[in-house]
Amino acid sequence: MATTTTTRAPRRRLRLRRIGDYAVLSVLAFAFVLPVLYLLLGSLKPSDEVLNGLSGFLPTHLSFDNYAHVLDALNSDSTGYFWRFMGISLLVAFVVVTGGLFVNSMAAYGMSRLKWRGREAVFTLVLLLMLVPFESVAVPLFYMFNEQRNTVYVQAIPFVANAFSIYQFHTFFRSIPPSIEEAARLDGAGPWRTFFAIIVPMSKPVFASVAILTFLTQWGAFLWPVLMVSDPSVRPLPLEMSVFQGQQPPDWGQILAFGVLLVLPVLIVFSFFQRWFVQGVASSAVKG
Amino acid sequence: MEPVDPAPAAPPDREQSPPMTAVKTARPTRSGPRSGPGNRPRNRDRLHGLLMSAPAVAGLVAFVGIPFGYAVVLSFYNVRLGSPMAPSFFGLEQYRRLFTDPDLSGPFLRALLNNLTFAVVVVPLQTGLALALAILLNRKLKAIGLFRSLFFMPVVFPMTLVAVIWRLILARSDQGLLNSALHAVSFGNWGAFDWLGDSATAMASVIVLSVWQGVGFQMVILLAGLQQIPGELYEAAELDRATPWQRFRHVTLPGIRGTLVFVAMLTSVLSFRVFDQVYVLIHGGGLDEDATRTVMYQAVTTAFDQNNIGQASAITVVFFLIVVALTLIQRRVVRPDNED
Repeated sequence: MATTTTTRAPRRRLRLRRIGDYAVLSVLAFAFVLPVLYLLLGSLKPSDEVLNGLSGFLPTHLSFDNYAHVLDALNSDSTGYFWRFMGISLLVAFVVVTGGLFVNSMAAYGMSRLKWRGREAVFTLVLLLMLVPFESVAVPLFYMFNEQRNTVYVQAIPFVANAFSIYQFHTFFRSIPPSIEEAARLDGAGPWRTFFAIIVPMSKPVFASVAILTFLTQWGAFLWPVLMVSDPSVRPLPLEMSVFQGQQPPDWGQILAFGVLLVLPVLIVFSFFQRWFVQGVASSAVKG
Repeated sequence: MEPVDPAPAAPPDREQSPPMTAVKTARPTRSGPRSGPGNRPRNRDRLHGLLMSAPAVAGLVAFVGIPFGYAVVLSFYNVRLGSPMAPSFFGLEQYRRLFTDPDLSGPFLRALLNNLTFAVVVVPLQTGLALALAILLNRKLKAIGLFRSLFFMPVVFPMTLVAVIWRLILARSDQGLLNSALHAVSFGNWGAFDWLGDSATAMASVIVLSVWQGVGFQMVILLAGLQQIPGELYEAAELDRATPWQRFRHVTLPGIRGTLVFVAMLTSVLSFRVFDQVYVLIHGGGLDEDATRTVMYQAVTTAFDQNNIGQASAITVVFFLIVVALTLIQRRVVRPDNED
């Protein structure tokens, strides 16, 4: 009897602790997700019900009218179509992510696996430039590219080359055993073919995590568009969001619907690549 | 084909070390050029290495290196955008004004102070909260993945959207979510309060929404650190009848010390770069400008609204020096810990 009680008591305590864990986690998670629920529910409510205190938190009836208005009726004023802003943002993000993966991985390969005099110096330069936050070059860049204001390419090109991405690729390529390249060279492959046909396919994890982090940063980009873009025809989505929410009088239902549409692409990417997303953030940060 | 071998003298396992330590094993590969002088593959490598590195390095120099040098140069001049007058050399005048001219130094020093306040509150608050969440989520429970993604979700929200959501929650009317919730729990004693517009609560509001958005990021990093602690250490502690607190103090904390320091320093650098939420909420959100302006906000409004490029450049140079100091401290503190 004595033995059964001693084994059973800890087990029961364990089960109690598990229930306690779930309770704490659920309460915390609810409080944490509340703003997101508020956004979602608000976007489905008539605008005059959004700012309606606690009682209005749960809407009486839901409709997608706000979404229809944001997607269609926006062209009634001078701001242009929603899809246009979405397209600009997607285009800029696409150029920055794909161009960045290509250019930065190649540079990292050149610096980590090919031997040439001066590569240490070049890599040190990259590490030094990694210290420079974008914020501290925003003003001179703004001054330098003042003539190119309100163009799409000025929103993308400065962000393609990225010192931190090079660093992430460099760290990964260093861990690849040299025997793989030796085998490729014995088969007559030059550095370019070795890189594109052998190294790139075996480096999917680092490509995924760099792509995800770049996309995440680029999708929310705000400081540079604030400085460079005033013309609605090339305005990216987050900037239009801030313009849209500043209108008087504010139409809250539509503003929140706009917000949902702004975050939806990232949420879709996030839910599909959730594991990589989290791993990408964790690995790149721990190594940084 | 031997010449291609990067380091014949180095033990083979050096190259296969995990990525974590790869940066520190740079030396063995460096000895490469000593072996087999004057081979064709080496020359080929030189050309292709340069070619492969060129586009990215050119981009970095053009869009980071040159602008940065330009910021330093501009800060020594009196440059105004759209002014018919040619820029004149100013020496250190911009910096002197920044710190001593009453008209300019007032807002600037206030911005510096706001940045400091933000960092001093956010760094321990966000790191502590992230650590608590990471420990809670570092269990083998069903649906733990769901909870992890719930806490991580705000990280993918653009700051411009976060600012709008919280603008509504903190709305000054009695119909704002927070005000009406307080109204309900205080039995009607709480009325309207302007959280964003009141100088006493404006910064606190910005802090709350920033922590909400950012804490998931730190949580994930700490979670990765927690999972590297060997389970046997906890089993041994349990055998020694260590209390949960003792296990936390003597197993968890030492196990993630490096990660924790890294997260704290990363948060402090990021907290100095705060801009988006402040800008959005001041422009059209009713946020108290004086209580929440940051150094970056000051630089952008000086360059953009006042067209004073020289002054704005001086602000960004000061900003850069602060961030670099923080980054260098970070590297100094984190490095020795990773060595073992």
